[in-house]
Amino acid sequence: MKPFDYTAPSTIADAVSLLSQHNGEARVLAGGTDILVQLREGLREAGIVIDVKKIAELRALDCCSTSGLTLGASTPCAEIYGNADVCNAYPALTDAARIIGGWQIQSRASIGGNLCNASPAADSIPALIALNAVALVAGPSGQREIPVADFCTAPGRNALAAGELLVCLQFPAPSANASSAYQRFIPRNEMDIAVVGVGSWLQLDESGQTILSARVALGAVAPTPVFAAEASDWLAGKPATEDTYRQAGELARKAASPISDMRGTAEYRVHLVGVLTQRTLAKAVQRAAG
Amino acid sequence: MAAGSDQKKYKVIGTRPIRPDGADKVTGRAIYGADVQLSGLVHGKILRSPHAHAKIKSVDVSAALQAPGVLAVVTGADFPELKDKIAQLGEGAVNLAYLSGNLLARNKVLYKGHAVAAVAARTANQAEEALKKIRVEYEPLPAVTWVLDAMQDDAPLLHDDIHTDSMGNKSEKPSNISTHLHFETGDVGQGFKQADVVIEREFKTASVHQGYIEPHVATALWNTDGRLKIWTSTQGSFTARQQTAELLQIPVSQVTVVPCEIGGGFGGKISVYLEPVAAMLSRQCGRPVKMTMTREACFEATGPTPGSYMRVKIGATKEGKIVAGEAYLAYDAGAYPGGMIGPGCMCVFSCYEFPNAVVDGYDVMLNKPKTQAYRAPGATHAALACETIIDELAEKLKLDPIEFRLMNAAREGTRRVDGPVYPRVGLIECLEAAKASEHYQSALKGPNRGRGVAAGFWFNIGLKSAATANVNADGCVTLLEGSTDIGGSRASIAMQLAETLGIAAEDVHPAVVDTDSVGYTDVTGGSRVTFATGMAVYQVGRKIRAQMMERAAELWEVDAASVSEADGVYSSGEHALPFKALAVKLHEIGGPIVGSASVNPQGSSNGFGVQIADVEVDPETGKVSVLRYTVIQDAGQAIHPSYVEGQMQGGAVQGIGWALNEEYFYGEDGQMKNASFLDYRMPTALDVPMIETIIVEVPNPEHPFGVRGVGETPIVPPVAAMANAVYAATGVRMRDIPMSPPKLWKALAEKESS
Repeated sequence: MKPFDYTAPSTIADAVSLLSQHNGEARVLAGGTDILVQLREGLREAGIVIDVKKIAELRALDCCSTSGLTLGASTPCAEIYGNADVCNAYPALTDAARIIGGWQIQSRASIGGNLCNASPAADSIPALIALNAVALVAGPSGQREIPVADFCTAPGRNALAAGELLVCLQFPAPSANASSAYQRFIPRNEMDIAVVGVGSWLQLDESGQTILSARVALGAVAPTPVFAAEASDWLAGKPATEDTYRQAGELARKAASPISDMRGTAEYRVHLVGVLTQRTLAKAVQRAAG
Repeated sequence: MAAGSDQKKYKVIGTRPIRPDGADKVTGRAIYGADVQLSGLVHGKILRSPHAHAKIKSVDVSAALQAPGVLAVVTGADFPELKDKIAQLGEGAVNLAYLSGNLLARNKVLYKGHAVAAVAARTANQAEEALKKIRVEYEPLPAVTWVLDAMQDDAPLLHDDIHTDSMGNKSEKPSNISTHLHFETGDVGQGFKQADVVIEREFKTASVHQGYIEPHVATALWNTDGRLKIWTSTQGSFTARQQTAELLQIPVSQVTVVPCEIGGGFGGKISVYLEPVAAMLSRQCGRPVKMTMTREACFEATGPTPGSYMRVKIGATKEGKIVAGEAYLAYDAGAYPGGMIGPGCMCVFSCYEFPNAVVDGYDVMLNKPKTQAYRAPGATHAALACETIIDELAEKLKLDPIEFRLMNAAREGTRRVDGPVYPRVGLIECLEAAKASEHYQSALKGPNRGRGVAAGFWFNIGLKSAATANVNADGCVTLLEGSTDIGGSRASIAMQLAETLGIAAEDVHPAVVDTDSVGYTDVTGGSRVTFATGMAVYQVGRKIRAQMMERAAELWEVDAASVSEADGVYSSGEHALPFKALAVKLHEIGGPIVGSASVNPQGSSNGFGVQIADVEVDPETGKVSVLRYTVIQDAGQAIHPSYVEGQMQGGAVQGIGWALNEEYFYGEDGQMKNASFLDYRMPTALDVPMIETIIVEVPNPEHPFGVRGVGETPIVPPVAAMANAVYAATGVRMRDIPMSPPKLWKALAEKESS
């Protein structure tokens, strides 16, 4: 590990200016649970580490029934699942926040960091995609929005341009009779990385019998987390039954293009997409029904 | 809970005092290898091979020597040439050329992670940066990482000077098979003819690592007077001293090894990896040099246990009597010869009476790190094969699996296939205790659930131990021992001395001291410490007792023959004083009382165990949950039952991990793909239930308190017990270990479609 400088700006403008100034050798530190390990193991190098936890906007956690959720990019997981409103309105997000690392990690690790790290197996990203979250990004030429579904571009790579900083994630206001769930498969019960992860969101009609619309997203089955568009579209108008979930699982499998590695074979991962799609849809329906 | 006979009543043995090292460990004050700080300390780092197999064409360290902060650079060329030099290292003969070649490669790298060069610099980061400046030119060679592939005639050859030794005969061509072992008893052909049921199966197991939480760490100071002092995390300070001295070709007395507290070893901290390298760096730069391995290096470049291929056949009569067995075992040894095939061959049929049996074993080299001991090395593999077939036979014969084992269990007089005849052993008592247990007697209900049982055996050795005790002015006793404490042995040794002297456990203060401060003591391994070092302190206690009696006679001015001792009270006529009070008086009137002893018991103390596993399998994912698990084991005599239970639980959990998820996962390039605790999946506290224990006590006639070793036997049955339980839950026999979810799901899917 090479020595590096450290700085902790308190405004977005300062952070963006530092990022531009040190383009290419600056690394952003939120919770640090990925970047510190990567620096120590030589997977990434840094000339300067920019700590963004002191910027107020990046620590936001505003949950509102009409305007939705604004989640600062460096807000730690523990604060997120510690907020009852967020747990009620965005359970897929808190499902994910609860299983990223152990308690000590969760008091540091942020969803923004999990997204920017752009691991194909990141636990929060399928949940964010299912919840239709949008990333608000600040850069030298102002701010722009990027749907989370388009944020990751390759393993470890994201859509941020030079000098850009992820400020927050914006979630649509909660809909009536809607809910969500995220589940991953891991061989152990803890301390593990998703072999496959699936996030599902859906809205039921007033009777609770029919699915009005749905979004299913998959992790660890492609170079980036993916939105399972065909399965999601197909679910609209279907009865909320086990058979529907199973068929949706079949369709979701088509969106998976996994590799075989030490975490599982491609064949097994495709199979798990079906199982977890089915299970998360059932869970989301159960939650939506209250 | 303890079952079995308890003929003697003890005051200290069998109780559960607080461990002597407890306060330091729970407050973080214990000094582990990483805590060593010395004035002027600098840091060493190792450059490792990126290839699984390659010729080293050249190594250029000149740029590294010029890098900031660098004080020394060493390669294999800096170490003495040790061609064909054999050293006796306590646990058998070792060819020093291989030990030296493993320390720092010469000419060839034989596995990914093989050490090539080392740097010492003022900071660890400077040392790491300097490693990048070492230019190594490699010529990559084809690699082989599966044992059966390595045995092929056209396999990439690791060593062109090793020929297969088949019972004294050397093969003409060099080979990756270093040794072929053969054991035979009775007439196997005739035996199988008597069999009504014969089952033959093949098994595969992956390499697994001990997974000790503390990485290897060593600090060395080569002083200007030529004396070398080493602080290290080791299972054997004396073997670390001897290996280091041999590799550097200096006398052992020139080296002092200070054993630090150890964060787990399980057999993996016997071989030296860092100590001689740190020493050589220190000699070059004149400073103390500290080296710590990364977790990746621990996986890639220390000593896992073998991967294996096994083919085993067992025949039994319809009445349930085993009549014959045949085993073909091929264990990988890693990059150098001398793996775990010997004990594998001796253990495969060790739990039962086999009137006719033949065992062939192969020690096979391939492009993986050199294997080392891991808790009952070689026995878990063999038990998987034997115990799975025993389970199948019991099912075929419609016999309860414990009943079938009882009908054939090894007992006093049973001759093992490799020759030894058992003295009094406790397998039958363990099987009876398992059968009578609440666990076995309670029904397991629910879908996708199943129960499996398996038995296991491990030798437990004796070997050399020494100890010294000093009686202090206040009547307490200081105990100096050379057995590094990896499993609570300070407590179990101190308790045996306390029992011998008739004093409280708390009145003995044990210390694990350096190699200059106590007599030669073999490694903490082979489940030998509580047995052999316990024997040594028993003798120490008897010597102190004899001196106390003589001195009491002087004090009381009576005939020495009139002094007697019972339960720690010394008496003669109207005189009577307990140990402590007498010790205080004796200290006032004469010289200190000191006792020393050394022992070297031979043979094995023969530990048997039985385990019961209840599992539930998720048929959609192939994930196995352990619902309930019980370990039954003959401890001979449990000295500190909490630590016996701890060993039983720990061994079982390691075996459960081995069964379910742990494996060295190799890519086509011969490289391990999961050298981290994230992807090398050991069980966490959330993956296992509380492991229940039943200590059986069939005293070992060879020990004053009846001790048998307990540390290793508990890892022998679990893989088989889990495989048998998974079969009971699913109807699928898993013979390719680990039974990781992708594999088990695939097997379930294949069963479904057939």
